[in-house]
Amino acid sequence: MAHGAGGKATRSLVEGLLAPAFGIKSLDDAATIGELALTTDAFVVKPLRFPGGSIGELAVNGTVNDLAMGGAKPLALTLSLILEEGLGSDVLRAEVDAIARAATQAGVRIVGGDTKVVERGHADGMYITTTGLGQRDQRAQFQPARPGDRILLSGPIAAHGTAIMLARGEFDLDSDEIVSDTRSLWPAVDAILGLGAVRRLRDATRGGVASVLNELARDDGVAMLIQESAVPVAPAVAGACELLGIDPMYVANEGVFLAIVEPGFVAPGFVDIGEVKTDPPGMVLVATSFGGKRVLDELVGDPLPRIC
Amino acid sequence: MRVRARVSGVVQGVGFRPFVFGLASELELTGFVFNDASGVVVEVEGPQVDAFLLRLRSEAPPLASVESVSSVVVPEEGARSFEIRASPRGGAPDAPISVDTATCDACLAELFDPLDRRYRYPFINCTDCGPRFTIVTGVPYDRPWTTMASFVMCAACQAEYDDPRDRRFHAQPNACPECGPRVTLTEDAGAEAGGAGAADDVLAAAARALRGGAILAVRGIGGFHLACRADDEAAVARLRARKHREERPFALMARDAAMAATLVALEPAPSPPETAPSSPATALTSRARPIVIAPRLPGAAVAPSVAPRTPELGVMLPYSPLHHLLLADVGVPLVMTSGNVSDEPIAFENDDALERLAGIADVFLLHDRPIHTRVDDSVLRGGRIVRRSRGYVPATLPVAPAPPLLAVGAELKSTFALARDGRAWVSHHIGDLGNYETLRSFTDGVAHFERLFAVTPELVACDLHPEYLSTKYALDLDLPTDGVQHHHAHLAACLAEHGVERAAGAIYDGTGYGTDGTVWGGELLRGDLTSFTRLGHLWPVRMPGGEAAIRAPWRMACAWLLEIGHDVPEEWSRVAQLVRSGLNSPLTSSMGRLFDAVAALCGLRDTVTYEGQAAIELEARADRHETAAYPLDTTCTQPVYRGRTPVYDLDARLVLDARPTVAAVVEDVERGVDVALVSARFHNAVANATAAALRDEPVIVLSGGVFQNELLLARTLELLPRALTPRQLPVNDGAIAYGQAAIAARRAQSRTR
Ligand SMILES: [Fe+3]
Ligand SMILES: [Mg+2]
Ligand SMILES: [Zn+2]
Ligand SMILES: [Zn+2]
Repeated sequence: MAHGAGGKATRSLVEGLLAPAFGIKSLDDAATIGELALTTDAFVVKPLRFPGGSIGELAVNGTVNDLAMGGAKPLALTLSLILEEGLGSDVLRAEVDAIARAATQAGVRIVGGDTKVVERGHADGMYITTTGLGQRDQRAQFQPARPGDRILLSGPIAAHGTAIMLARGEFDLDSDEIVSDTRSLWPAVDAILGLGAVRRLRDATRGGVASVLNELARDDGVAMLIQESAVPVAPAVAGACELLGIDPMYVANEGVFLAIVEPGFVAPGFVDIGEVKTDPPGMVLVATSFGGKRVLDELVGDPLPRIC
Repeated sequence: MRVRARVSGVVQGVGFRPFVFGLASELELTGFVFNDASGVVVEVEGPQVDAFLLRLRSEAPPLASVESVSSVVVPEEGARSFEIRASPRGGAPDAPISVDTATCDACLAELFDPLDRRYRYPFINCTDCGPRFTIVTGVPYDRPWTTMASFVMCAACQAEYDDPRDRRFHAQPNACPECGPRVTLTEDAGAEAGGAGAADDVLAAAARALRGGAILAVRGIGGFHLACRADDEAAVARLRARKHREERPFALMARDAAMAATLVALEPAPSPPETAPSSPATALTSRARPIVIAPRLPGAAVAPSVAPRTPELGVMLPYSPLHHLLLADVGVPLVMTSGNVSDEPIAFENDDALERLAGIADVFLLHDRPIHTRVDDSVLRGGRIVRRSRGYVPATLPVAPAPPLLAVGAELKSTFALARDGRAWVSHHIGDLGNYETLRSFTDGVAHFERLFAVTPELVACDLHPEYLSTKYALDLDLPTDGVQHHHAHLAACLAEHGVERAAGAIYDGTGYGTDGTVWGGELLRGDLTSFTRLGHLWPVRMPGGEAAIRAPWRMACAWLLEIGHDVPEEWSRVAQLVRSGLNSPLTSSMGRLFDAVAALCGLRDTVTYEGQAAIELEARADRHETAAYPLDTTCTQPVYRGRTPVYDLDARLVLDARPTVAAVVEDVERGVDVALVSARFHNAVANATAAALRDEPVIVLSGGVFQNELLLARTLELLPRALTPRQLPVNDGAIAYGQAAIAARRAQSRTR
């Protein structure tokens, strides 16, 4: 199977295999137990360090953000580290420092952990699994998106995935500006909750904004109409995407989320990129500068040219 | 003697029953005729029955296409007259629906006859001509199931419609100024279309506006056109800017063949008849009235912006009475380009046009006969079909008898096909499915065809490309699927059309998903309608940035330069890094991309504004008298590896190694050799290599979008005169749906045996 790309292949694995086996409808990013929220996430990223971040920071922020997207204030984390035999101690130390620093910045405590070393060739340097515990925020009363709702974005997109790609390709772009956006999203969530009815929150990680919009459209049986020109992309990131031939809408983020909010909602610092529509249900369309509408579908795997 | 005959084929709505009536009367036969769900049923009695059956086929009306006549002898009844009987209801509607057909000579004579009651009536038609497919809303083909349903015929029209001797007997779109559709002219896109005057005033005003340099949106048969004077550079340039269409040529409409002959060279192509299905002149005046692309004449009075950087022009003749009137009044050739912005589908509804074309057209010429199915103009080049649409659809093509099925085609230039009982209905050109409006006309079109031709698919065939929206559509249907490799479908479309079992083919196109997950496009395949083997392919290189490399041919030039170990210009260094890293840069054996690379290396094109532009301009520049060719080796005995990956398919025996070819191109360009010679030598190299690879094959097919290149096709056919090429369908992806249908039908048939 094509894994890792996010999108449809992963979704069918989750919907087809995991969810039925555990007798639940879907594997939500965060589950709630009374007033508490619980989430778990595994981190595999290559390279371990990249401009703007590293696997340790991702392991903290990714899990913290799953809690935030579930409308919960992150409280505490446990970690499980899987290390490949021969991993440099300096590398390990750097990641432990990164974890500690990210946890401090996100305001969460690391309350437990486990470490395993596996044979050489059995893990790509280091894997981290993080479990996070949060306190549900009463202001978060999520509901399905409705036609007329606005679609807000918390910041410019595509920085993380582009930084990773460039790091992998060893490009000597002057890429000081292209750094991962990994960060805790709780402060921004804390700010937006309570400004009005926030119907949905979703961080645009793997598969990018496009995949998340498709998930939302499909789950809620609505259409999403995005204004192409309204979607913020930093110029350096846009230039790199152009070079790489990739659409920023499909590029992973680690510090950007989408909020579906009631009409008339005003949220300083957020960008309004479009509207929830009735037709065509389950689809995401992009209004182009020519006035046409393009289909922004979910990718099954790696994008290959469709033009004959 | 008395016989009962069943006639099948396109025999309804084409004046077949009046023809039968006339023939029976002439031969003094008695009996009856009626339409049923499968065609026409005739019973005739009298001494001249044999002559009747012969002439039934040979003298059928122009729009009819008789597939079969089966007859049985029945007891004589001794009737005294011949009558046309009412159609019985029920059963599967098997009778094919006719194509939209250009105004016939008889109607044209009336149109310009001041004494005729339809003098200058823009909707004149008869059983021999007029709209059909575009106005059909359901079956059977009868007025209530067309968009003419809301127009109640006046007494005069009704009398014609009811009279079996009249040439408007059961002409479903029959109409006149009293009872039929009307034209209106509006300058204000915001206002409700109103102010209807006499058709004559409206058309005269529209023609006046055009003569004065205005851009007119005009509603025709399959949708809207945008029109302006072809000789007015200011008007044409304005149209280009407003339409956001940078360089893709505009089509022209000439008043008549004589006017067309002042624009383009219409002599029949010098090639043998087998290679040129119909001459440009014949195609131009055919009832389908396609756009004919032909060499531009030196003195053609056409503004530079009509078709920049190409030595050709696309010309068509009027095909509706409305067009005839406009062209007659304006008196000069008009630009007649699709009524859309940029790459959007054409507008076909009044409201939609008024909204979407508001920023483009100065004046709107509307009418109130609804168009049910949006259909683009068909396009021919060198007598070969490039876009099969209006005038050709919904004629059927053969497939193996199999359970009913749907084939969803490709992604760009998409079409779909429905098949049952050994016939396939291949849809009109749908276009780029990534455009939502186009995707909707795809799904609506499938539903419409399913009803119209009574096909309830039990199977769906699709491409292997997982990201094609057509593939996703197919997989979402609750039906068994049959995945067909893209170039196998190209090969199969040609096999099925020619009724040939198996062949080896050179399938050259831009990109298609290969069975190994890489991007194919320069393929030598051998196969039949069930399977294929890959005999060989073009030497693969990286496509830096995937689709970005299609929009920017210089990226392919960069990839090929690195492949031959040549240094690349400093400003290409980042893309060179992309090639070396392989990031988002799939391997491709695409022939189309090699043409792009050569065009860029020749300095012709760094980026393109429409699909295929680089290759088109490379072909245009070639010196047709040059016979020399660059080396292009066709065998490779030693496996070559890129890292641990074999460079080419080790199961394939032949590799078209274009590295020496590209090296020779670079060398000549660096020495300052004329691009015309470089281009010709490159074309000749590809033709030679193809011929060398396939020469010993008993049956040979040439297809794929690259063969839209007439020079390449002609050179290859000179070397492989027996080679088969698509005739009824384009070489491009417009044929994919039919190829998928042919393969899926044959596979289904062999499974059930
Ligand atoms: Fe193709
Ligand atoms: Mg998660
Ligand atoms: Zn006629
Ligand atoms: Zn009338």
